[in-house]
Amino acid sequence: MATSSTVLERRVAKPKQSAGLWSDAWGRLRKNRLAILGLVLVILLLTAGLLGPIIAPWNYQVQDLQAVFANGNRPVPPFSPGHLLGTDSLGRDLLSRLLDGARISVTVAFVVQIVILTIGVPIGALAGWFGGNLDNALMRFTDVIYAFPDLLFIILLSVAFRETAFGQALDGLFLVFVAIGLTSWVTVARLVRGQLLALKETEFVEAARAIGVSDRRIVTRHLLPNGLSPIIVAITLGIPSAILAESTLAFIGVGVQPPRASWGSLIADGEKYVRGDPHLVLFPAVAIALALIGFTFLGDGLRDALDPKLKGKQ
Amino acid sequence: MISYLVRRILWIIPVLFTVSIITFILMHSVPGGPWDRDKRLPEGVQARLNAQYGLDQPIYVQYVNWAGQFVQGNLGPSYRYQDRTVNTIVADGIGTTVQLGVMAFILAVLVGIPLGIIAALGHNRSPDYLSTSVSIVGIATPSFVLAILLIVFFGVELRWFPTSGWKGPQYWVLPTIALAGFPIAQIARYTRASMLEVTRKDYIRTAQSKGLRDRAVVVRHMVRNALIPVVTILGPIFAFLVTGSFIIETIFAIPGVGRYYITAIGTRDYSLLMAMTMLYAFAVAFMNVVVDVLYAYIDPRIRYS
Amino acid sequence: MERSEGDVSAADLPSIIDLAPDEARRAQTESVTASGTKRNADKLLEVRGLKTQFFTADGVIQAVDDVSFDVGYGETLGLVGESGCGKSVTALSIARLVPDPPGRIVAGQIMFDGIDVLKLSNEAMRKLRGKEIGFIFQDPLTSLNPTLTIGYQITEGIREHMRLSTRAARDRVVELLAKVGIPRPADRLKDYPHQFSGGMRQRVMIAIALSCDPKLILADEPTTALDVTIQAQILELIQKLSDEFGTAVLMITHDLGIAAGMCDRVNVMYAGRIVETGTVDTMFESPQMPYAWGLLDSLPRIDDIRGAKLRTIEGLPPLLIAPPDACRFGPRCRYARDICREDEPELTARAGEGHLARCWATEPGGWIS
Repeated sequence: MATSSTVLERRVAKPKQSAGLWSDAWGRLRKNRLAILGLVLVILLLTAGLLGPIIAPWNYQVQDLQAVFANGNRPVPPFSPGHLLGTDSLGRDLLSRLLDGARISVTVAFVVQIVILTIGVPIGALAGWFGGNLDNALMRFTDVIYAFPDLLFIILLSVAFRETAFGQALDGLFLVFVAIGLTSWVTVARLVRGQLLALKETEFVEAARAIGVSDRRIVTRHLLPNGLSPIIVAITLGIPSAILAESTLAFIGVGVQPPRASWGSLIADGEKYVRGDPHLVLFPAVAIALALIGFTFLGDGLRDALDPKLKGKQ
Repeated sequence: MISYLVRRILWIIPVLFTVSIITFILMHSVPGGPWDRDKRLPEGVQARLNAQYGLDQPIYVQYVNWAGQFVQGNLGPSYRYQDRTVNTIVADGIGTTVQLGVMAFILAVLVGIPLGIIAALGHNRSPDYLSTSVSIVGIATPSFVLAILLIVFFGVELRWFPTSGWKGPQYWVLPTIALAGFPIAQIARYTRASMLEVTRKDYIRTAQSKGLRDRAVVVRHMVRNALIPVVTILGPIFAFLVTGSFIIETIFAIPGVGRYYITAIGTRDYSLLMAMTMLYAFAVAFMNVVVDVLYAYIDPRIRYS
Repeated sequence: MERSEGDVSAADLPSIIDLAPDEARRAQTESVTASGTKRNADKLLEVRGLKTQFFTADGVIQAVDDVSFDVGYGETLGLVGESGCGKSVTALSIARLVPDPPGRIVAGQIMFDGIDVLKLSNEAMRKLRGKEIGFIFQDPLTSLNPTLTIGYQITEGIREHMRLSTRAARDRVVELLAKVGIPRPADRLKDYPHQFSGGMRQRVMIAIALSCDPKLILADEPTTALDVTIQAQILELIQKLSDEFGTAVLMITHDLGIAAGMCDRVNVMYAGRIVETGTVDTMFESPQMPYAWGLLDSLPRIDDIRGAKLRTIEGLPPLLIAPPDACRFGPRCRYARDICREDEPELTARAGEGHLARCWATEPGGWIS
């Protein structure tokens, strides 16, 4: 028998232990500068959204008409006393309204994903698990949804139910969630279906069984972590389009109802003043940009970090 | 291949059918009717108008009537613009809308793909950073924001381009850029990712081992293979252009067919609304088929299998 | 062996490239002919002290650590070793195909046909590749471009290096395909790689490697990805063609049987170094290194007792980051003694001609005879 000398072992580098899917992924994510930037932006947005009403200097509806009169009946510019980012034409503090917009964006982003998961996961799972005719029927159904020009449908839905109790709930937010969610679940459903189809047959399920791993363990330790990753990525990358859709709806006046201050409606309001008071458009535009950039980079980073087939990247 | 093509095209029909039913139902779920204007019409007049347009019939009857007319090419009368039929309204504007969409598409492809290729070839050096920055701006700026910024900067401040109307080539510039901004960014990002992936493939090493010139390796081996997956996002890109165009048309006051959409919802102009939705749905479905077929064609592994 | 007038350096390169028109003209009139009519040095390939390293986030991996060997004109040399020993990187280094980053050739000299390869410009090296040095890669499925016809992929190299008309190039390709054993070659020119079976694809790779009549072929495990039955055919093909055209072959493999069957001489590599070298006969009759013994021993034999355990070499090869100054095989060697852990042995001569081994134990005066 060969005996290893301890002297030699110390001098020979040990292979890196793999500490599990999540910690490996986190390690990779940490090294990705763009992803960290995205994460920071997302955390910023979440904080603004959650703490908005507490940290806002004004209530988003309050009209400081005095300041407007004092400024010659025009919106107050940024860096004025009491209004860090200025006000709109009605004297409503822009910073506070931006924070309300953040709240709306955060709510939309996450609730829409919940709607997507609620619809998409069961449908995808049913299709993937049972296969056959059910799979075919469901996939044809998703083809129809996919062919819908989604924005048009969302607008139609929003306008159709705007006057109803359902549409009035949460200042119209509820309707927006549902409308956006109803058109966006197809990707997740297809993903879930694909995962199930693939994993059902994999060799590593067979291999795990061959070694004697219990079924439950197979699902929790092997199937779920690997199957979850693409879904997490899809969810994160789907948030920008939800935010975009909501802003667009608000811009054309179809989404969240005033006086709630979705960033899109802030831009719509500010459009006519853009020459003299560009801050009314610029600040909400920057807010939207940061939110979109944040989630996109984070989503990209997650995708790179969770993909175990990373070749050539150390 | 041919059977695939035929199957995909035939599939559009049931899809459009379903779209029409859903839209019809939704449309009629909106409370109110086409006669709700600023001034209220007396009840009797409303009832007579409803009867005249068949709006007093049960909904399925109305649908069948509409469908019957639709497949014959008769899009119906416009409820709002009572002196015109939907056919004429659409005919007037469709050319402009299509032109805008096509121009934006071409711009997106002509700018996006080279941007992505350059970024990949100059990976982690300045071409990459430059191209990625452009992409970031593209994905971070919704089209309506880009439109406003372009109008303010190039239209009002610099006065280089007009900002409303469609009376000549100089009117085309700003709207096309505004519409193409996001697609450019998406295509550039996707192309870059695809190129980077192709760079790691074994057949690139084989090409180099043959002693081919760099340009030959890049163009014949890298770009060729990298562009194939990019085709798959052209479908969603096109859908984006279709749905985004009416916002751009509204902002730039372009006499296309899109600006009627929102107003049609507001005024409950049923036949106009149906026609517009069907039009857009058809465009999206058709382009998806075209993209799928194109993809199957340009990948020899699928074409000859 | 003839020598040309004076040594050939990079400045003389045009005279070598000018071989191309001569060969091209001959190729048009005769069938594919033997290469190596003009020999510019004693040996075709002389590798001295080659060091290739990979600079990674985890450290510097010394994949090829001071490797030296020769390949004569028309000779078939085997480079044998387990996965990760550096044999593939050696071949890539010779062709300067090491991906940079993260890899780099940091030291050494490679003389190919009298030319100092490492001093060539990128452009000059490019002209050598494909023309004088052909490469056969391991996996023909991923090594061929799926979106180009195989006819095109073979023609590419020919159009680049040899001034042939389209017609002549096409004829040459058809001939090459016939030579590598592809039936109805003219019809298959416009087929794509996925329309061929694995063995056929590898034949196409061989055709590509031979297309410009190179002096040296680097074959990196050409049969590993193929069925066993096909393996024999491909190896036979390589041997036949290299004999016919006088092409030298560097055969990289982990399979001793392949080395025994095809090669004139064999180098055994371990952990980035050559640990034994010699002719096939001496290597297999009296190997002088415990690693080689382990390799030979681990081959199942027809007279083994059924149900007995397979014999393996215990342990794993060391990581190539910061290798110690000791025999690298030491931790796995049953004959190791103190000196093996303190000092790395050199390649020293053994009994047979040209037989060198890197082992304290088998040196004259060592504890194994």
